[in-house]
Amino acid sequence: MAQILLRNITRASNSTLLTTSRIGPSPLTIPAVAAANSLSQQLHTTSPCCEIRKLARLRVVDNSDLGKRAMAEGRPPRCIHVYNKRGVGLIGDKVLVAIKGQMKKGILVGLKQKQRLKQPQFDSNNLVLIDDNGSPLGTRIHVPIPTVLRTILKEKTLSKGADYTKVLAIASRYV
Amino acid sequence: MNVNARFLTNRIAQQCAYKRIVTFSTKPTEQSAAAAVPQQQQQQQHDAVAPPVRKPIVPAHYRFVYPEFLPDPKVEWRNSIREKLERLDMLNRRRQIELPEFYVGSILAVTSSDPHAAGKTSRFVGICIHRERCGLRARFILRNVIDHQGIEIVYELYDPTIQKVEVLRLEKRLDDSLFYLRDALPEFSTFDEHMEAETLEEGTPVPINELKVVLRPRPWLERWERQNLRGVANIDQYLKDKHRKSSEKVQKPWEKYDLMKQYRATIPEEEQKEIFAEVHTELHTLELQRKRNKRKRTFVKPKHLA
Repeated sequence: MAQILLRNITRASNSTLLTTSRIGPSPLTIPAVAAANSLSQQLHTTSPCCEIRKLARLRVVDNSDLGKRAMAEGRPPRCIHVYNKRGVGLIGDKVLVAIKGQMKKGILVGLKQKQRLKQPQFDSNNLVLIDDNGSPLGTRIHVPIPTVLRTILKEKTLSKGADYTKVLAIASRYV
Repeated sequence: MNVNARFLTNRIAQQCAYKRIVTFSTKPTEQSAAAAVPQQQQQQQHDAVAPPVRKPIVPAHYRFVYPEFLPDPKVEWRNSIREKLERLDMLNRRRQIELPEFYVGSILAVTSSDPHAAGKTSRFVGICIHRERCGLRARFILRNVIDHQGIEIVYELYDPTIQKVEVLRLEKRLDDSLFYLRDALPEFSTFDEHMEAETLEEGTPVPINELKVVLRPRPWLERWERQNLRGVANIDQYLKDKHRKSSEKVQKPWEKYDLMKQYRATIPEEEQKEIFAEVHTELHTLELQRKRNKRKRTFVKPKHLA
């Protein structure tokens, strides 16, 4: 992950950090990594691509302890794999995220991307963390989720082994 | 003779001034405001000199109330037969459902059938931030902040799955589209879901809400400083000299004098008159019908007890 972050920094063309990264394989101290991390989160080097691809930052919207801590620290999870054949996450898709040094799975419950007619488009890319069986880590989702998810998640549950409909049970509100 | 000549020149000037009007604009244009005063004077002169002429049947505000009846002015896309058929379809739809007058900045509640929802219908309340396209494809975007989460939904006006469109607050804003609400503080796009409809007295002009929105600091989704927004309060606070310079560079102050551009972007007044003359009677009868029905519906249903 540190390498990836460093690559981002070099793109950001921050001169001071560039010098540190040019040194090459010298062992980086922990504060340097932390500084690089916080900087990479604030800098937007390209116009925002609203698609969920690898390395897209997401927002955890459930009340799981891990998710809450990650969001409070300002280190939102990054998508490191999308479980579909297109590589771009759509609503209801399962993704693998890197969150606080761990790998967790999650379900996309709200996207910034343009949506179909009558389907809501959100201001942030929302994620609900789940475990391997499909049961959510938290007990409540504190933002509205789109109603289409009911259908999508039910279909996915039938085709795959895990039961994703438990995510619907902890939703507080539908739009 | 002298009076007659003056009258003629006045009329010609009037025709030139009113030939083309941007359909979706809610901004009070300076030209029209300036032209309104001399027009009244002309009218008075006119009354004094000649007998009064019959008023045109189609009210002038129809192009703002029903903007989607005017086709897209792009020449390659014009097709008079298709446009006519579309207008018939739109009227057919309007016979089934009330599609009220609304503008960018009005607060709407749209109830649509939703196969995924529990009750098979879903209702969304929000401010209309954009209206676009014409004919059967006319659509609008509603925005609201629910549980601190900004949400936008695109609806098509003539979508058959829409069950009800209510206007909760009829008003305009200072700009033609309110995309900057996405970068504004959330309280400016937060509206209560259980808001009750505010009624305007009949015949009053649509009020313009002069609310100035407070933007949050950069990064923004668009370069708002380049768009000459009137409804933003604090944009100067976030601008540096480089932003001002670059926005000055892309400004096109000569465009308001570009008659050809205006010509290509609008539908001529004669054509507008033709179109509205075709649909006017039907729309008018529908309006009257709705009014009558509304009066009937004021009866309050007694509550079911025990």
